[in-house]
Amino acid sequence: MKKLLVSTALIAALALPAFAQEALDPDAKSGGGIVITYKDDVATLDPAIGYDWQNWSMIKSLFDGLMDYTPGTTELRPGLAESYDVSADGMTFTFHLRQGVKFHNGREMTADDVKYSLDRVTSPATQSPGAGFFGAIAGYDAMADGSATSLAGVTVIDPATVEIKLSRPDATFLHVMALNFASVVPKEAVEAANGDFGKMPVGTGAFKLAEWTIGQKLVFAKNPDYWRAGLPYLDTVTFEVGQEPVVALLRLQNGEVDVPGDGIPPAKFQEVMGDPAQAAMVVEGGQLQTGYITLNVKTPPFDNVEVRRAINMAINKDRIVQIINGRAVPANQPLPPSMPGYTTDHAGYAFNPDEAKKMLAEAGLPDGFETELYVMNTDPNPRIAQAIQQDLAAIGVKASIQSIAQANVIEAGGAGTAPMIWSGGMAWIADFPDPSNFYGPILGCSGAVDGGWNWSKFCDPAIDAEATAADSMIDPAAPERMKMWSDVYMKVMEQAPWVPVFNEQRYTMKSARMGGADNLYVDPVSIPVNYDYVYVKE
Amino acid sequence: MAALIFRRLIQSALILLGVSFITFFLLYVLPADPVRQIAGRSATPQTVANIREQLGLDQPFVVQYTRYLAGLFHGDMGRSYLQKTDVTTLIMARLPASLLLMAAGIAAELLIGLSMGVIAAIWRGRAVDNSLMMTSFITVSAPQFVVALLLLYVFAVKLGWFPIGGYGTPAHLVLPALTLGILGSGWYARIMRSSMIEVLRADFIRTARAKGLARSRVILRHALPNAILPVIAMIGIDIGIFMGGIVVVEGVFGWPGIGQLAWQAIQRIDIPIIMGVTLVSACAIVLGNLLADLVVPLIDPRIRIR
Amino acid sequence: MSDAAAIRGASSAFRRLLRRKLALLGLALVVIIVGAAILAPLIAPFDPFEQHFDGLTLVGEPLPPGAPYLLGTDLLGRDLLSRLLYGARTSLIIGVMANGIALIIGTMIGLTAGYFQGWLGAILMRFTDLMMAFPALLLAICLAAIFQPSIWIVAFVIALVNWVQTARVIYTETSALAARDFIAAERTLGASTPRILFRHILPHLMPLIIVWGTLGISTTVLLEATLSYLGVGVQPPTPSWGNIIFENQTYFQSAPWLVFIPGFAILVLALAFNLVGDALRDVLDPTLRGSD
Repeated sequence: MKKLLVSTALIAALALPAFAQEALDPDAKSGGGIVITYKDDVATLDPAIGYDWQNWSMIKSLFDGLMDYTPGTTELRPGLAESYDVSADGMTFTFHLRQGVKFHNGREMTADDVKYSLDRVTSPATQSPGAGFFGAIAGYDAMADGSATSLAGVTVIDPATVEIKLSRPDATFLHVMALNFASVVPKEAVEAANGDFGKMPVGTGAFKLAEWTIGQKLVFAKNPDYWRAGLPYLDTVTFEVGQEPVVALLRLQNGEVDVPGDGIPPAKFQEVMGDPAQAAMVVEGGQLQTGYITLNVKTPPFDNVEVRRAINMAINKDRIVQIINGRAVPANQPLPPSMPGYTTDHAGYAFNPDEAKKMLAEAGLPDGFETELYVMNTDPNPRIAQAIQQDLAAIGVKASIQSIAQANVIEAGGAGTAPMIWSGGMAWIADFPDPSNFYGPILGCSGAVDGGWNWSKFCDPAIDAEATAADSMIDPAAPERMKMWSDVYMKVMEQAPWVPVFNEQRYTMKSARMGGADNLYVDPVSIPVNYDYVYVKE
Repeated sequence: MAALIFRRLIQSALILLGVSFITFFLLYVLPADPVRQIAGRSATPQTVANIREQLGLDQPFVVQYTRYLAGLFHGDMGRSYLQKTDVTTLIMARLPASLLLMAAGIAAELLIGLSMGVIAAIWRGRAVDNSLMMTSFITVSAPQFVVALLLLYVFAVKLGWFPIGGYGTPAHLVLPALTLGILGSGWYARIMRSSMIEVLRADFIRTARAKGLARSRVILRHALPNAILPVIAMIGIDIGIFMGGIVVVEGVFGWPGIGQLAWQAIQRIDIPIIMGVTLVSACAIVLGNLLADLVVPLIDPRIRIR
Repeated sequence: MSDAAAIRGASSAFRRLLRRKLALLGLALVVIIVGAAILAPLIAPFDPFEQHFDGLTLVGEPLPPGAPYLLGTDLLGRDLLSRLLYGARTSLIIGVMANGIALIIGTMIGLTAGYFQGWLGAILMRFTDLMMAFPALLLAICLAAIFQPSIWIVAFVIALVNWVQTARVIYTETSALAARDFIAAERTLGASTPRILFRHILPHLMPLIIVWGTLGISTTVLLEATLSYLGVGVQPPTPSWGNIIFENQTYFQSAPWLVFIPGFAILVLALAFNLVGDALRDVLDPTLRGSD
């Protein structure tokens, strides 16, 4: 294989000092442990498989990828790659690996591990839910259909250098390399685990798994050889599972728990926020999430854009926010406000049932119509669905509620048999902080296929072309690119395939003894907290 | 006797086979597609097809079921679709918690139920008998989750005597076991009462009383051991009732048993886990019934085996 | 016992039933609940579906019992009392329907197996054994998750897991009856099988069916409540006592009335049918009578 590196013009070269030395928090103390609780059991810690909001941050602390984010922000920074070069056409990325990084088993990480990890996640045998993210890498299609066992586009130049060639420009590629799915794993540990790597994870991360009692608790222990000098601060992080949020809160008040992972239970929210002592322990932040109603544009009468606009005007979003104790802000577009590319001056469809009724009449439906609203059957979603139902009834639309298990809603959405779906519980939470992540699978033509996640089956080739153009730009953060994405979502809202309802806010509660900047507790990437950087004060 | 046990074992095995077939079939005709859950939201149709093929979900029902059975005979209950771990491992990790809860629940049932039954029988027809029998009606009419939530509210939230749920210490076990105990006590109380009344009428008790033995001694040493026999048959059947309700009690109290495992699996169509838990529960039920049928004649020669 | 005697026995049984205090209490409760369900539109103070704007506090919390919402409001600001009254309809409809279906299935299977015995009987009873080995609630949850739940589906699912007990009882009783002389006599006289089954055996089974039918309503109501409580039963916004608890249980610490009032209603309904059923068992079926 020839080295193409030298011949390509380098337009972006980012280099950091040989040893990762960053500004550490001067107040931070090393040592101690914290306790985090969750209701649900942790399914897996295999970075190629884990895709729950709960194990996402855990995997982040056990593994590293070539790219990473500055803690508490959405800014990309190099991870296991010390630096990278991008060719002028944006099609070739060359990553220079950090030297001396060791896996938890003591072996040094090399370029072969990077290649192995990418081959593994894209191999159909792994059944990774994240395989599709790597679609831009040359040779991906051959991997997906099983005709290749290795990604043709990933080349080991030398033990410290990996080159990745793309088959099409992808502005989000560096974000993709920061996903958990792109974590570097040691081949020998994966093979030794014999299919149970998710229960015996070995990575390069700040913590390693010390103990796992299924259904009860997991203990992470500090990785003393972590390549970011001085980190992590904590000696242990204990995750107790099977704990009701209400119980977790009481135990936090007793000093037994440091962070209730599932957040503050709705019924206790007012009590906590009304008590200054407790409210002081709560950190509020945005979340890259939007709750929305999909309107199936293939199903009459939602094939009529006027009807979809009328529905948008009929929903009283303030009331729905009230039902969830004001833990969200009303939304008027698909992107959440903290996402780059959000259109700040967009007015959206204002709540106006009278006007909505008039629009329905003009669309030939003066008496409204009957339809179905699908919703996942866990609280608070059936309640929100009933609030939506009442709003629709006010303009003459009779929606019957189908409150069913998550899998059945996803099935109905994918098959296009659901006229309306309330997204709660399955709502889109960004995989990475880039505006494109809210388009392709859920609003673009590629997701509008049978079984896709574009439940409104909305597909506008002109908008799709603009989205592709935006993603073909090389610099992901370029202002022109953000302008284009803003424009894409405005055109989508013009067609109104969704009713954006709210953006949930995050409220993380932490014990008084925990320290670290507030933004570590509402880290947009590590939910609930960034374990690598928080510490205990005592 | 050995032949009978053998026949009953064969019968039980056939029943379990039937249970596995029906459950497998129901999950096969499910309108939701487990592959979509596994493949995730960024999956291409190609990925979906690949996963379907690897899991053998593109095969006809008969092939899938035969494969599952073949695995089962090798002690392999398959791998969880979403947790990517052997179902056997997952169930074995959680089964002890469920068995502990079941044992504690049955102990509580017996303790409450038998005491109620004995007291009611001794003071038969009096106010205490009537109120105990009314209580037994109430306990069999109470929905499990309401009793669970009520105990949780009163003893954990308001009084703070017990933890609000979770697992680990004996204190955690009290409320869930008490929930099961209260709910099941009614049946035991009624059976114990009838059985005790019958025994108290028996000749040997009259003789004992006539010999001048103290009433309390007669009741505790002579009547009780005899009256308790029919109750033992109930315990086997009770295992079945318990297995049915495990989802609710474990859910309310956050008990890390197989009920919670099943509930999460049902929500996300993790078929191998649903199959596994159903089969394990069915095994427990069949075993319970088998014990009831086989053990009772051994300890009570009056009952002849059919 | 001849057919006529069976009928006479039934009418005297009813008079004996009325002399029992607990049975009367049960009957009274049944009448009150059925009355409330039928009259719901007349006595409910509000529309059970209306989400009142003054039914929630400004921060979105439900109102405690008081005026004008006598039993308080739920998490959507709806009147709890009105929802309870309409919920009685749901619970009763499902209770009666599911139980009716279960009773018919159970009786048909038990009757067929008990009368014909042989291979047909063996197959039917082995199938019944098989159903006994199913963790009933787990099965019901699976079924309810498979079908998109409506009142009718929920009733059907409950019936599917609830017929087994009836089938076994009917089987035992039919087997005994079929061996009796008067049935043998009918057979030698050339009576057709359906005639023997429905004119001679079934009337003798009626007391048993009535008893199990009444007790079964309790079981059914409890199962419906449990399914709805888990969120796989009756669909919102249709109120059922179980789904009222499901919808509000996250608030059970700060708004316990939302959980315990409907919970109490379920208890009372199940208790009422249990009391009546148990008394019926005592007066109708001498073989099952308790020893007092």
